[in-house]
Amino acid sequence: MLRNTDTRYGWASIGLHWLIALLFIGQFGLGLVMVRIASQRIAFELIQLHKSFGFLLLGLVLVRIGWRLGNASPELPEEVGPMERRAAPAVHVLLYAVQLVVPLSGWVLVSVSVLEIPSMPFNLFVMPHLPLQVSDAAETFWIFGHKWLAYAGIALVVLHVLAALRHHFWLRDVVLVRMISPFFPTSARKPE
Amino acid sequence: MSLRILSAATLIAVGLLGDTASAVALSDAAGRYAISNNGSSIRFAIGKIGGGGLNGAFGQFKGTIRIDGGDIGRSRVDLTIFPDSVGTGQGRVDAFLKSDAVFDVANSRQITFRSTSVQRTGDNSAVITGQLTARGHTFTEKFTAELQGMKGGQISFHVSGKVFRSRYQMDVGTPIYSNIVAFDMQFSGRRG
Repeated sequence: MLRNTDTRYGWASIGLHWLIALLFIGQFGLGLVMVRIASQRIAFELIQLHKSFGFLLLGLVLVRIGWRLGNASPELPEEVGPMERRAAPAVHVLLYAVQLVVPLSGWVLVSVSVLEIPSMPFNLFVMPHLPLQVSDAAETFWIFGHKWLAYAGIALVVLHVLAALRHHFWLRDVVLVRMISPFFPTSARKPE
Repeated sequence: MSLRILSAATLIAVGLLGDTASAVALSDAAGRYAISNNGSSIRFAIGKIGGGGLNGAFGQFKGTIRIDGGDIGRSRVDLTIFPDSVGTGQGRVDAFLKSDAVFDVANSRQITFRSTSVQRTGDNSAVITGQLTARGHTFTEKFTAELQGMKGGQISFHVSGKVFRSRYQMDVGTPIYSNIVAFDMQFSGRRG
């Protein structure tokens, strides 16, 4: 089952969700490490790796948004209250927005950097810089922007994870498990 | 043979200076010359993928050129470069070059070149072969030297050559930045 249904996520959505989650959280950790490591040699290599995964993340997020727009979105379980029912789509839109904006802001950052270091994802091809004005001021601004967008993004991810855990352990519904497999038996997760 | 070489160098010097009266006698060309920072420069360039590259220079260096009047092949060139004086016009790049990523000036304060042979290749040119030592690694490198002038106890050469930086544990950033460092050097020496 590749595509979503009205009640289930398909393998494509599930795969993209977990791959992007892994990349997003991994990128956050890598970003923290690469600017704190003492060795400039290792830092340089880690920054290039961060850029490579950032472009991969951006590509996957675009695919995911396209997939989302072209597929049904499974309904929330009936037990979900009206307030959460209204809040969930807004949080999801915000999550998609940060997934898109954080790597984009990184691309902007390397494009305006006065160091003008080319981007070469995984040493495979040259990703051109965005046509933006290079300057110290722009670089300083986008270092700040990229960093705080990432912090905001990870805060949203934490909120998202806590909400998923609440559904799984407190409400005991299918919200989390249906993002693990399209074949998980829904009857096993009804509230007692 | 050696007399012919030195004769040629003298004739070239005369031609370059455009003044027959200032012609240098063979006995005048032979001798030891101390390389002066005044009128000398050591520039380097590293290409980067997609065009452009990194250009820089070393501000501090010292050395001697000893021209053997009897056998030009026994002439010697000794050069010491202080990598802490590297400059690119961008402070952050300079700091990166001085760090453990490239020159590691905290642990390796000098780059040295000691010639082992000088071979004439033209009327006013020669290939200088020698041992280049940087970051504790020594390899044989070749540079092309071109005599540019001799006057009043001063001699000047243009020297160029290409070095693989990976040999010296300085290959950070490849393949974004080329592994080849192109040197463009101007040496002015005063006899004494």
